[in-house]
Amino acid sequence: MADVLVVAEVAEGKLKKTTHSAITFAQKAAATIGGTFSILVIGDGAGKAAAEAQGFGAAKILVVEDASLKNYLAERYAPTVAAIGKNYGVVVGTASAYGKDLLPRVAARLGAGYASDITEVTPENGNLRYKRPMFAGNAFGICSISTPIQVVSVRQSAFAAAEPTGGQSPVETVAYAGPSKAAERVEFVSFDQVKSARPELTEARVVVSGGRALKEKFNQVLDPLADVLGAAVGASRAACDAGYAPSDLQVGQTGKIVAPQLYFAIGISGAIQHLAGMKGSKVIVAINKDADAPIFQVADYGLVADLFATVPELVKGIQAAKG
Amino acid sequence: MKILVALKRVADPDNANKVKIPASGEKIDTTGLEWKPNPFDEYALEAALRLTENGTQPKVRAGEVVVVTFGPKETETTLRAALATGADKAIRVDAADDKLDGDLVARALKALVEKEKPDVVLMGKQAVDGDSNQVGQILAELLDWPMATFAATIREEAGALLVGREVDGGVSTLRVKLPAVVTVDLRIVAPTSVYSTKTPQTHKYNDGVRFAALPAIMAAKKKPLVEVKLADLAPEQAMKVSYHGFAAPPARKAGIKVKDVSELVSKLKNEAKVL
Repeated sequence: MADVLVVAEVAEGKLKKTTHSAITFAQKAAATIGGTFSILVIGDGAGKAAAEAQGFGAAKILVVEDASLKNYLAERYAPTVAAIGKNYGVVVGTASAYGKDLLPRVAARLGAGYASDITEVTPENGNLRYKRPMFAGNAFGICSISTPIQVVSVRQSAFAAAEPTGGQSPVETVAYAGPSKAAERVEFVSFDQVKSARPELTEARVVVSGGRALKEKFNQVLDPLADVLGAAVGASRAACDAGYAPSDLQVGQTGKIVAPQLYFAIGISGAIQHLAGMKGSKVIVAINKDADAPIFQVADYGLVADLFATVPELVKGIQAAKG
Repeated sequence: MKILVALKRVADPDNANKVKIPASGEKIDTTGLEWKPNPFDEYALEAALRLTENGTQPKVRAGEVVVVTFGPKETETTLRAALATGADKAIRVDAADDKLDGDLVARALKALVEKEKPDVVLMGKQAVDGDSNQVGQILAELLDWPMATFAATIREEAGALLVGREVDGGVSTLRVKLPAVVTVDLRIVAPTSVYSTKTPQTHKYNDGVRFAALPAIMAAKKKPLVEVKLADLAPEQAMKVSYHGFAAPPARKAGIKVKDVSELVSKLKNEAKVL
């Protein structure tokens, strides 16, 4: 085993917060195997974002910038990430949409084994052991990778965001390795961004999620509560499928995985695949008029009540409590 | 258009909380759970069927759908069900469930793709047992094909697919020229998610996946189902990722029911200290 390479995620000249969880993993893994870690900042605006990456104690910051990297495509990124990654023992990114799309391609290019969405790393005779959730979080597997290079993605909510510790890691510019042949047959068309003034779901300290029971009043009921708490808004799959909430708010096995300090499940019954996305929350509050809803089995505080009457009352109560 | 759909059977995902892990932690015990097709792969099959028909005349096939699964003999039940809903041909790659990892499946699929020469490989973005989310991406790289992962919409164009992908913070749209690999997300089975060049854009599908009618189930028994040896597709069968043990998730301690909003606020403020 040698050193660890973090593949940063860049947006508009900044490191995305997802990167900080991969850095935390890298700090741990490098200490475990007695190596160092470096951070690869690749994409449009990578040069600017690289400065941000300097304060985490990395051996070096590698920067790859090229006009053709403007809109992310795995077919354009993977060859360069793999070319740099082959000098490392572990290549890591966060299991965001970006990491989940790119890292398996990088692994295939390197002939490396890939373990996704890991929540824990521990030493094992000079190698690393990874813990990862399976079966919608109803089991954890403990695995290891046998190839000389290992590629992993980490679950953002399981690795606290790294804080800058000062220091100035040296920055090194690396040439773009060019696209793969596949890139000739894929074209970026558009990105329709959902704009929101609220914190990102996966990073928020408080999340307020609603279910199908809210119907067309989804925003009308939840927004005031989210406002008073400075919370992100989430939704159950049923609420998204019914069109009451946009699909990128979906919390669950196949949506966003969140682990905030405080999670409100409002009008959410608690299907297995929803629980998989929020069970790691520190404090869970459930409000549902069905006393038998499975959500109450994981809630720290359950309130059996009509949500349309209760939530406005709760907003007032929280306002008063916060003074 | 010829489409290869990779279909995995999994222990009933709606009862995934009933998986048991023996104290030794040596395996995950799914005894008593029914086998079902991985939901995302079922959605991929539905998308493949929509791409190979005119939605107003779904019984007339306008392309070919080949389904493939990896597993022991009994996984042929899953394949027969896929044939009954409209797939044209099925392949079972004979393998033991616990002797496969994502990389090995992708390598074997690559060999199969070279033999079958599909225009598109479709599969779910992840299987809900392993939750790995990797086979489609690895396969695309091994083939040096373009890919579109997490597809929520697909529009067929001449020689290409326009794919809307669900990513963090919005929808990213790509155009992939064929042949290509596409992995699908939940919303690919919504009424207006997938159109072939033949289906009128005004046509609305039923929400979800289609079910087989009894005559189709009978007819499916006559459709071709072939068995292939894993070794013929992937001579190197060592796994790159191996599991040493399994653990149950930490149990949450039982919570309490509060009687009203003021008690809830008081608990959150004074007991949990999260306000």
